[in-house]
Amino acid sequence: MSDVADRVKKIVVEHLGVEEDKVTENASFIDDLGADSLDTVELVMAFEEEFGCEIPDDAAEKILTVKDAIDFIEKANS
Amino acid sequence: MFDLAGKTALVTGATGGIGGEIAKVLAQAGAKVALSGTRAERLEAVAAEIGENAVVVPANLSDTESVDGLIKAAEEALGGQLDILVNNAGITRDQLAMRLKDEDWQAVLDVNLTSAFKLARNSLRGMMKRRHGRVINITSIVGVTGNPGQANYAAAKAGMIGWSKSMAQEVAARGITINCVAPGFITTAMTEELGDAQKEKLLAGIPAGRMGDSKEIAAAVLFLASDEASYVTGQTLHVNGGMAMI
Repeated sequence: MSDVADRVKKIVVEHLGVEEDKVTENASFIDDLGADSLDTVELVMAFEEEFGCEIPDDAAEKILTVKDAIDFIEKANS
Repeated sequence: MFDLAGKTALVTGATGGIGGEIAKVLAQAGAKVALSGTRAERLEAVAAEIGENAVVVPANLSDTESVDGLIKAAEEALGGQLDILVNNAGITRDQLAMRLKDEDWQAVLDVNLTSAFKLARNSLRGMMKRRHGRVINITSIVGVTGNPGQANYAAAKAGMIGWSKSMAQEVAARGITINCVAPGFITTAMTEELGDAQKEKLLAGIPAGRMGDSKEIAAAVLFLASDEASYVTGQTLHVNGGMAMI
């Protein structure tokens, strides 16, 4: 697993207070991990801070799963 | 009670009678206060009166760039993230609805409604992270009762109450409260311009039998800004001597 993936999962576990094994790449923040819409806004803010990148609103709306987040960040930082 | 030591605040329209008093009262309670307004000299004078707990951040809220940069400018001047936002700035362009020009409608909505919303939105990010924040919007009794000649002002003030309630529901679980204070008739430079006959007529409709003082508005703001008001959100606190009991 990549370093980005590890860090994303750590943020999700800390922020949503879910078990680590539930945070699979295909897990949806809202449907599988119990996030509400404000949680997803906060997750995006946390990702921006951790990775020092800016996630515009239209991109943020498309980040629905753990994998979406990892892909976006890897692309932004490459 | 109502100790704001270690907190930061931004008060817009701090050159006005009510805004200046709010800034003073928050500073007295221990907050470091950023004063915003269009008249830089007057801001400096209010800041000098308050002393070391005040910084000055001039801004013109009818200018989009000025609005968009204000929270950041205030946080820089305060040397920390914003805890308390008081949206107090407001303008009037009174006219009977039939004669109300498009630009006078728009100007009042831009400053009184849109800029206040944007400032609140832009301050939420930091407040969410810290799980603490206070937004206090100075609306008006007119936003609830209406007033002849003030269709634009009443619309903006009613709109403010509406977005406050929506935003309050969105961020309540993050320790952020959003409330309004609705003054009735308060003695300020604005109301000093009224003629004696007008004043007499107004007073007849106020059970307390007198105009209010800016200090009485500032006290309501101080309460809502305090930790003691942590369970009060989405509310409009009417401070009007009983003029309207809503």
